[in-house]
Amino acid sequence: MAIEIEQPCVELSNVAVSETHGEDSPYFAGWKAYDENPYDELTNPSGVIQMGLAENQVSFDMVEKYLEQHPEASTWGKGAPGWFRENALFQDYHGLKSFRTAMASFMQQIRGGRAKFDPDRVVLTAGATAANELLTFILANPGDALLVPTPYYPGFDRDLCWRTGVKIIPIHCDSSNNFQITPKALEAAYQQAVSTYTKVRAVLITNPSNPLGATIQRSVLEDILEFVTRKNIHLVSDEIYSGSAFSADEFVSVAEILEARDYKDAERVHIVYSLSKDLGLPGFRVGTIYSYNDRVVTTARRMSSFTLISSQTQHLLATMLSDEEFTENYIKTNRERLRKRYEMIIDGLTSSGIECLKGNAGLFCWMNLSPLLEKPTREGELELWNPILHEVRLNISPGSSCHCSEPGWFRVCFANMSEQTLEVALDRIRNFMHERASVNRSLFSNR
Amino acid sequence: MGFTSEIHDYQLLSKIATNDKHGENSPYFDGWKAYDRDPFHPTKNPDGVIQMGLAENQLSFDLIEDWIMENPKASICTPEGVNQFKHIANFQDYHGLPEFTKGVANFMSKVRGGRVKFDPDRILMSGGATGANELIMFCLADPGDAFLVPSPYYPAFVRDLCWRTGIQIIPVHCDSSNNFKITREALEEAYQKAQEDNINVKGLIITNPSNPLGTTLDRETLKSAVSFINEKNIHLVCDEIYAATVFNSPGYVSVSEILQDIESINLDLIHVIYSLSKDMGLPGFRVGIVYSYNEEVVHCGRKMSSFGLVSSQTQHLLGAMLNDDEFVDGFLKESSRRLGKRHSVFTKGLEKEGISCLPSNAGLFVWMNLRKLLKEQTFEGEMMLWRDIINEVKLNVSPGSSFDCKEPGWFRVCFANMDDETVEVALRRIRAFVGKETTPSSSPKKPVKLKRWNSNLRLSLSSSRRFDETVLSPHNMMSPHSPLVQAT
Repeated sequence: MAIEIEQPCVELSNVAVSETHGEDSPYFAGWKAYDENPYDELTNPSGVIQMGLAENQVSFDMVEKYLEQHPEASTWGKGAPGWFRENALFQDYHGLKSFRTAMASFMQQIRGGRAKFDPDRVVLTAGATAANELLTFILANPGDALLVPTPYYPGFDRDLCWRTGVKIIPIHCDSSNNFQITPKALEAAYQQAVSTYTKVRAVLITNPSNPLGATIQRSVLEDILEFVTRKNIHLVSDEIYSGSAFSADEFVSVAEILEARDYKDAERVHIVYSLSKDLGLPGFRVGTIYSYNDRVVTTARRMSSFTLISSQTQHLLATMLSDEEFTENYIKTNRERLRKRYEMIIDGLTSSGIECLKGNAGLFCWMNLSPLLEKPTREGELELWNPILHEVRLNISPGSSCHCSEPGWFRVCFANMSEQTLEVALDRIRNFMHERASVNRSLFSNR
Repeated sequence: MGFTSEIHDYQLLSKIATNDKHGENSPYFDGWKAYDRDPFHPTKNPDGVIQMGLAENQLSFDLIEDWIMENPKASICTPEGVNQFKHIANFQDYHGLPEFTKGVANFMSKVRGGRVKFDPDRILMSGGATGANELIMFCLADPGDAFLVPSPYYPAFVRDLCWRTGIQIIPVHCDSSNNFKITREALEEAYQKAQEDNINVKGLIITNPSNPLGTTLDRETLKSAVSFINEKNIHLVCDEIYAATVFNSPGYVSVSEILQDIESINLDLIHVIYSLSKDMGLPGFRVGIVYSYNEEVVHCGRKMSSFGLVSSQTQHLLGAMLNDDEFVDGFLKESSRRLGKRHSVFTKGLEKEGISCLPSNAGLFVWMNLRKLLKEQTFEGEMMLWRDIINEVKLNVSPGSSFDCKEPGWFRVCFANMDDETVEVALRRIRAFVGKETTPSSSPKKPVKLKRWNSNLRLSLSSSRRFDETVLSPHNMMSPHSPLVQAT
């Protein structure tokens, strides 16, 4: 047995010791509270309800039913002899052609056929986490910047910045215009980079937006395209929630705009997609980069060697996603169910006197609790979040964790639980609001 | 729809995107092209090029297939297993499925004869060993830092260790004078030179069993390496991806076993890389593992594994398989036996033709000595011979220079990615070639006629060998025309 003695600490890398992975932030208190006391309908009905996890659990049954009816999707399927061996050996970074074709077709269907996707431009990565990092390695050098509208998905700090050494410069958006991205805000962010001698390489948008739960309007997309063309930089459009828009025609993809203009200036545009949200399969690690730039496609493909999708999973999904009857029905039904959930939570919150940003997509709503803040600051927001977490026992995400510049907004997920659990959550919120109202009334009456 | 603007791209893409460290611009890609254009098939194309540049283990699939047929619950798609679908498909925790990490720890221990136990909580996932090697570099070294790597080494290390990390490789030269063993002197020399050049050495990475040598490190060499890094206070990364391909004595000694034997080693310096791509023949499943004795590396590496987690579907399947002790014990024993048999048939066949290989006891390849067939004892001579082997003998083998070997005339030849009959065909062709090459003739030798499609095989080598960044391994590079792609 080796005797361990005190040694001078050998250094790890700067990347290893940095905190850019983001996991030491105060918001992890929310996760901790949930882990220590998780809600369960039967065994722990007073536990913390997880509303900080953007997962889609409303449509599993459709996938399970498909699998029951299609044994050929599994490794056990009655394929040609030697099929398993071929699949287990397949590590070509181009990916299974049948899978790429199925992904391209699925992405096309989500956009109602308004944009075509070429399977040879589909690059596969293990999740959108890897896709976003990989694109950043390709588009930017260490010290360069990406412009990202706020509020944004907190994981971007890790995905875009951690190992790449690239910075995020926020494009500030606020409630004065429903958090839409404006040309003024784009320019201001760009100028901020210029003033610090930082080279801007791309704008990265999430459409539909996380955490706003809303799609970006066509005119805004056109403004952004005009901006990136004028500045000669890239546009990355993370469309991971594209299949979660509540109605088919609410979502406009940058792909449609490019196709409509015959792909003029398209070589600066790259789309990120994943099956984690729309299909509810985050465990399978299925991400894609779709680029209109040949060189980016070639380089991304080479780089994907670090993060390929398991051939076993590619085979399963190739079979499932090539079944157009299944996918059409899935996309349509999933949209409806998410819309119903959204309406349910909005109704519940409205009846409690809480307003939300008008949303039309995603697995969450963007809730406005700013009228409840003692102070209109980040501290005030965290002070409000504390009792919601520990007394109301709901793990929701404070807007500051999404770098929102306006305090008081919270992201609340609604698709990762049963309807019953959502009712319980809404009840707790109702009670919380009633108690606060009666406390305020008694404060008044005691003056 | 083609969208390119070359000038645009160079201005608009990063340095990483536009440099050569991906390794695919190497001249050795031509061997692959020759294979892709004219792939051997026993009946459809019996004169085609036989692929002997691909280190794959194809000898034991039937064992895995049988297990799968007998265990439908391990799939989330079968009627027996679909009740697990929702839980598995939703599971993206970077700690991994408990049964998976337990199974991997169990497997790794059995591969080492149970002489070492592995803690499942130290198992980190990554996108194949490719992802694992890159991940450990990101954790241990900064851009500009260096890692010592004994040569000859796996060519794609340039991509895996250096491309996106910005670190550099410093080769530690080994040669045939002592069967390519890594000597303390060679390690010290490489380290000293780096100090003189003001390069910060962060660690040493060794592959054990070795690719391309096919040999396991003996206990003394391992101990010497461990004491070297301990003394210099630098990291030791042991890539043990071929651990279960050992088929002969001397038995396998892994770094984890050595740690139990030596006193006062700083365990924070020791890290193991593993994968199921070679030992189990499952490269498509992308199972890469980082196992570190350093707590901080485990914590940081786990967060980084988000960039390359193993598909939960695959974790579930393998979790069931690797915890089946009866299956694992049987598989390891039989796989090793088959590899040994194949190695024996191949090396004996070569010996008959007067071709010797470095004596080896592991791996999916042999390190073949063709020095006496070189027209000149230079790398140009090696390339000329290689060209002949591709064009005339129609075997895609890997020349030693692609592994940064300092001595010309060595070739890595894979033997586990084909059936018995194909091995025979390969040996017959070698017999014919050697007979022609070594037959003394009174008349001048006829010049070798090049077929038209080979005329673009390049002769020149990159002049700077020390930090050669343009070296390619056929390890897992496949062109779009690879039959494996067409087969799907």
